[in-house]
Amino acid sequence: MQFDPFVIPFNIGLYFILIYAVVRSVIWFNDLSRPDKLRLQRGFFGKTFGQSIKEIFLESLIHRKILKSNPRLGYMHMSLAFGWFLLILFGTIEADVFGAHHLNAPYKSIFFKFFNPEHGRAGFEAAYSFLMDLILAFILSGLLLAVIKRFSSKVVGMKKTTKLRVLDKVALTSLWLIFPSRLLAESFTSGAYGTGSFLTGSLGSVLASFLPAQEMAYPFWWLYSLSLGTFFILLPLTRYMHIPTELFLIFARNSGIKTGDQPGAFREIQIYSCSSCGICIDACQLNFSAGITNIQSAYLMKGIRNNENVSDIAFNCLMCGRCDQKCPVGIELTPLRMLSRRAGETVESEQTILKKYFPDRKSVLPARPAADPSYTFLKQYEPAKTDVIYFAGCMTHLTPAIKNSMVAILEASGVRYNFLDEMGGVCCGRPLMLAGQDREARELINHNSQLIWKSGAHTLVTSCPICYKVFKESYYLDVEVLHHSQFIKNMIEDGSLKLNFLRRKVTYHAPCELGRGSGVYDEPKDVLRYVARLQETGFEDKNSLCCGGSLGNIKISSRQKSMIAHDVAAELTKDNPDILATSCPLCKKTLAAATTTKVADISEIVADAIIKPAIKKKLTEPAGKVKMQADFQN
Amino acid sequence: MDRFGFSISKGRQIDYDANSRHIAEFISEREPSFRVCIECGCCSATCTTGNFTSFSLRELQILMKRGENEKVRENIKKCMLCGKCTLVCPRGVNTRNVVTLARQAFQKFPANAV
Repeated sequence: MQFDPFVIPFNIGLYFILIYAVVRSVIWFNDLSRPDKLRLQRGFFGKTFGQSIKEIFLESLIHRKILKSNPRLGYMHMSLAFGWFLLILFGTIEADVFGAHHLNAPYKSIFFKFFNPEHGRAGFEAAYSFLMDLILAFILSGLLLAVIKRFSSKVVGMKKTTKLRVLDKVALTSLWLIFPSRLLAESFTSGAYGTGSFLTGSLGSVLASFLPAQEMAYPFWWLYSLSLGTFFILLPLTRYMHIPTELFLIFARNSGIKTGDQPGAFREIQIYSCSSCGICIDACQLNFSAGITNIQSAYLMKGIRNNENVSDIAFNCLMCGRCDQKCPVGIELTPLRMLSRRAGETVESEQTILKKYFPDRKSVLPARPAADPSYTFLKQYEPAKTDVIYFAGCMTHLTPAIKNSMVAILEASGVRYNFLDEMGGVCCGRPLMLAGQDREARELINHNSQLIWKSGAHTLVTSCPICYKVFKESYYLDVEVLHHSQFIKNMIEDGSLKLNFLRRKVTYHAPCELGRGSGVYDEPKDVLRYVARLQETGFEDKNSLCCGGSLGNIKISSRQKSMIAHDVAAELTKDNPDILATSCPLCKKTLAAATTTKVADISEIVADAIIKPAIKKKLTEPAGKVKMQADFQN
Repeated sequence: MDRFGFSISKGRQIDYDANSRHIAEFISEREPSFRVCIECGCCSATCTTGNFTSFSLRELQILMKRGENEKVRENIKKCMLCGKCTLVCPRGVNTRNVVTLARQAFQKFPANAV
């Protein structure tokens, strides 16, 4: 029987973390809603299983997404995760092939060198030792980068790295100690027996030349085992909990489970899957344009994990969704933030050690107290029956050029339409949702839904992406919801709208709520290509910037907003376009204040390009309309 | 004595000793831009809610600053937070946060507390 007391800390840690991971997974599974449970079962035993395994290999081990966006940082993560995986895999094979028995206990493969010091002298054994040394060197190179990153994050191409808590630091130190102590322990043993390959062998012989290798090896085997044990035991209290959680997350996500707009177990799983890598910090415009560095998603996730009151963090965000796109784990950060907003102020609670290992469920949020309805003054009326409803939205009423252009386009396209909020309508409800006030938002949604339903329309066109998102997601209506860019594209393609080509250079700024928020990237650009020469910017589609005027953030000052707007406008007008196009009234208003380039909504550009019918307008035309036509011509 | 349809008009002074400005202080502590409002009324002019009912953020801000909170308590919930007021404000007051904070404050401090 090969055994030595030094393996005990490792064994305790290993079996603890294995049992713990199983228990937590069972709790999470139990907390899932019934449909989600079924989804996960179907996903786990179905065809998405292979896809999940592939994703675990590519993302959790290789860290492909980080490698793509930042090779140095990706290498660091890959060497630690994939290297460690290889070390365990090949260590197990080594113990199985060269050891005394097959199917060994885990500690025998981890501490193989200690129990088989004579192994690896010649032939195939030596070649295998070379491989093991190579893997160890691979991990150590990544570890070196990680240590340097702690002191200077620029080395790995990151501007900011996350700040850590005490327990995180202890766990981080034990993680850092694992591989150097393994290196030293193996080297001393190799030095004493004259074995080992290029790394452990040569380091061992150098050390053995002036140190008593045989005696020195044992303490380092203890250190190796202790650091492994400590790391495993502290893991659930720290951000390293992301390692087991991410596996669960990948299976859950591939099974089709989504955050949705209700808290649930999936929220908790995602919160624990965040590794605090800090990529969201670099992606955040509040960081690089406005200098706000303590509210990014990594801090939100950390705050929720530690039961802090996160309402200040949760509300200080543009909700632009850039971090969602950049997150290498694929956590739905913006929906999670919406859930935190809805919870409002939370109470910070005392944390005992047991509480830390088995924290309060994060799948339930405190309910806000019920209140009387707020908008009883809104009166229903009978809107005219129509086919298409045009809902300009509050913001569009502040940019009348967009509203007027849309009226001209609707007139020119010849559809039967009704301008629902011509005299000013009720807000769509999304701003209230963004402020975490869902109950109030629901009142407005009900009011608007009834109006739309009564009009008998089959299509709803809106000019405001904020409205578009909420109409699409939170209204239960039997109408086709279109943003005006989609509507214009349809009109162009079915020939209802005839357009001239304008000899203008245009760059397009994709609004957050329309692009990342609703996935409408192509239609606005297609429309622009019909009427003007579209230039690429460095910030296309998923990588587009937020203008800074977002209604998502109710905390930042107007000065900080304009700092962001100026940065964005400068980036987008680098190639000196004639027009900076956008498809959101709020973006237009924000960007127009930050640049000297003409900023226009795509509806304005299209209205400018409409081919005027050959028939002269009647002289009895209302004065407003004639004036509007004149406006478009210049 | 004949009454000619006149009477002594009611006192219209603002009694700062009786009024409590705690709501206004709660807001300006958390949203400093609340203090720079010049009460020009642009917010009320553009207001979505103001289109439907007699809701005026300008009035409510003045009342809160005076400490006459009861009318504000009734009315502040009518705001739809659409944010037009923030955009038109010439002083850069973050009006959406002012309204949100006012609602929070009224929830925190029940009706008859000073």
